[in-house]
Amino acid sequence: MWASPFSLSRAGILGMNRRNVAYIGRYNDRSLYPLVDNKLRTKLICQKYQLTVPKLLGMVQQQHEIEHVLDLVQSFHGFAIKPAKGSGGKGILVITGRSGDDFIKASGDVITLEDIKRHLSNILAGLYSLGGKPDVAIMEELIEFDDRFEGYSHQGVPDIRIIIFQGYPVMAMLRCATHESDGKANLHQGAVGVGLDIATGRCLNAVQFSTPISHHPDTGKQLKDIEIPHWQEMLVLASRCFEMTGLGYIGTDLVLDKQKGPLLLELNARPGLSIQVANGCGLLPRLRHIEKLKKRHDSAEERVSHAMDVFGMAAGTEPESLAG
Amino acid sequence: MINRASFYVIVLLLIVGGLSLAWLRHSQMELPFTPGEERPVWLVEARVDFNARDRAVLASLDLPDNPPGFRLFTEQAASPGYGFSVIEHDGNRRGEWSIRRALGPQTLYYKAQFIADPDIEDAPEAEAPEPALVDWDEPQATAAAQLLSQASTRSSSPQSLARELMKLINQPEPGQNAALLLANHSPAELLNKLVNQAGIPARVSLGLYLEDARRRQSLTPMVEIYADQRWLVFDPKSGQQGLPENLLLWHRGGESLLDVTGGSGSSVSFAIIKQTVPALQLARAQAEESGFSPFSLYRLPIEEQSMFKMLLLLPLGAFVVVLMRIVVGIKTSGTFMPVLIAVAFLQTSLVPGMVSFIAVVAFGLLLRGYLSRLNLLLVARIATLVILVVFIIAIMSLVGYQLGFNTGMTITFFPMIIMAWTIERMSILWEEDGPREVLIQGSGSLLVAVLAYLAMQSKLMSHLTFNFPELHLVLLAFILLIGQYTGYKLSELKRFRAMVEND
Repeated sequence: MWASPFSLSRAGILGMNRRNVAYIGRYNDRSLYPLVDNKLRTKLICQKYQLTVPKLLGMVQQQHEIEHVLDLVQSFHGFAIKPAKGSGGKGILVITGRSGDDFIKASGDVITLEDIKRHLSNILAGLYSLGGKPDVAIMEELIEFDDRFEGYSHQGVPDIRIIIFQGYPVMAMLRCATHESDGKANLHQGAVGVGLDIATGRCLNAVQFSTPISHHPDTGKQLKDIEIPHWQEMLVLASRCFEMTGLGYIGTDLVLDKQKGPLLLELNARPGLSIQVANGCGLLPRLRHIEKLKKRHDSAEERVSHAMDVFGMAAGTEPESLAG
Repeated sequence: MINRASFYVIVLLLIVGGLSLAWLRHSQMELPFTPGEERPVWLVEARVDFNARDRAVLASLDLPDNPPGFRLFTEQAASPGYGFSVIEHDGNRRGEWSIRRALGPQTLYYKAQFIADPDIEDAPEAEAPEPALVDWDEPQATAAAQLLSQASTRSSSPQSLARELMKLINQPEPGQNAALLLANHSPAELLNKLVNQAGIPARVSLGLYLEDARRRQSLTPMVEIYADQRWLVFDPKSGQQGLPENLLLWHRGGESLLDVTGGSGSSVSFAIIKQTVPALQLARAQAEESGFSPFSLYRLPIEEQSMFKMLLLLPLGAFVVVLMRIVVGIKTSGTFMPVLIAVAFLQTSLVPGMVSFIAVVAFGLLLRGYLSRLNLLLVARIATLVILVVFIIAIMSLVGYQLGFNTGMTITFFPMIIMAWTIERMSILWEEDGPREVLIQGSGSLLVAVLAYLAMQSKLMSHLTFNFPELHLVLLAFILLIGQYTGYKLSELKRFRAMVEND
């Protein structure tokens, strides 16, 4: 029924309290939070640092701008509306196509222009933002996800979460939406988490609701075959967020666009712990390895190759340096 | 990040400071640690009777001042038509009744409550008293001298001299000398005179044996002998040294016990009752005089006191939330919402409160489901919900009243806006994360609220938080410590169970 705390500790599993006190509290300066808590600001600074992000189509800051912005967006085939200060994927509306005057959601449901307007005004009123503070809605270009992910995700785009600690990628997973998760990529709602090998981007392990599975529950596609293309490029992109934000412990969410390659979707200063379940291994030994490094690498490329050397699990055994 | 060592020092200081302050107040003010504690109190009523001779009367009764082993709690005098005041002179208190003219039998009362406290002792006298001068008539002088020399050969100290003298006096068949002296003196007077003659200061005091429900008691003479800078009490009848536990020394040395001018045939008698008084009441009465009184909340007006009573419970609720969220890992909707719900439960009592809360939220969710189709702006929607919540509560109150429950009224104590926000958030949660999450967070909030309620409604807790507010420092220290807890939550032992089972 319950695991003993000692066995969890032996497995190197990072708990919520330790994450908050020893990692987020110690390595993430609170003054830097607004940068990642506000998707608009993240996007702008990413452009400054030349990190690739989905293109910003427009934004709505005031109620009266809604009409005018929609006019702008209607010319696009598909787009996504997001609250700038939303968290956990709340309030994200993805439009994938048109049906006459109406819009088609990623789920296939058809909604009217009125529905979109209401959604926008809910965002402005702060319904999805932390503490209910007034917010801004941003609209961005739709991601055309890579064909190689076909069948791995129900409705939504599968996204890749990479934990970056001190600029080193320490753990990664692919999150695939399911029918049960209602097209959302949140593991606690039933999305499939696929642990990825840092060295290769290959599937290590897959879980749904903390239970190991081998096939996607909706499409029946075998998850073991997953291998993320442009893997190193992705890790470098994620790794560069360290310099950009100055945050020591972040979760980076990326997607792979068919044309543009890896894109940075958003950053999270308080990334969740389910990634450990998806990988079937604890974060602590890797975090401690980085903490004990005598000399940190300066460039993102060097950090990525170090992480690929040390955290790779392709050989099936834990590297020496992590044994203790 | 602050230095860890200094952090633990602060935590330790908070704990030690809080506990020692509480202990100090407990011992100094006799504030009880548990509610409902009672203390025995002796109510002694002195009754002075005399015949007035149709002129101005002044009756003066010696009052006990700091009798060893007792503490004076309250005192009052009741005597119609008489003026009364307590006169203090040379550390000796006397109650004085006065009236311009009185005739016939008069009765005056003085009542005082005493708390037994064995810790109270006489303060050492500032300067040694002089032995009283003694004169005897012949042949008493010879008898006294012989008795004294007989006793002093067998003794080495004032105490042993007194004991030997008492043996000689109290023999079943006293010797010739003792018998001669006892013919004119009471044993107490005789002992007093003999000891003084030996050059040792002594005095006759009058004590009252405290026994429950006694009336018409008189004072018992005791002899006090000055030795080792203290007055030592001897019972001349039994020959015992030391103050009996239930003896209240009413009149000690000094002037007479009772003086009445303008009256005759005066006498004083005592009635005694043992009462019990809540220890808290005793402590509060004493708080007025104690040096701790500036720290005491009892000084506030009653209305504010009752507000503070509630306010001081909040940290307890917050502590429960901290425990549940950090150590156990229960999900709640809104961090401290459970505390507010618990406070509302305090006013409604648990079951009606829970029923009302669940009913209002459930109704609200239903109505909110309809509202979401109306395409309203968020603020307007929440304002609508506030009004709906008011209506729901009003209807529930009416229905409850018709059915004979008057608990309906009390749910108005629930903070309206919070209820409205709860409904709104729950409804969003329903739409975004499904009913499962609503159930998890809703029942989590309710569970924590009930636990916080149980902690806050306990008599002991409300007693401690209000009477020992300094204990909040200890609570604060624990919250700080838990804030540093990096171990696993209880819920995580379940969440990550699958990961270690495979090993």
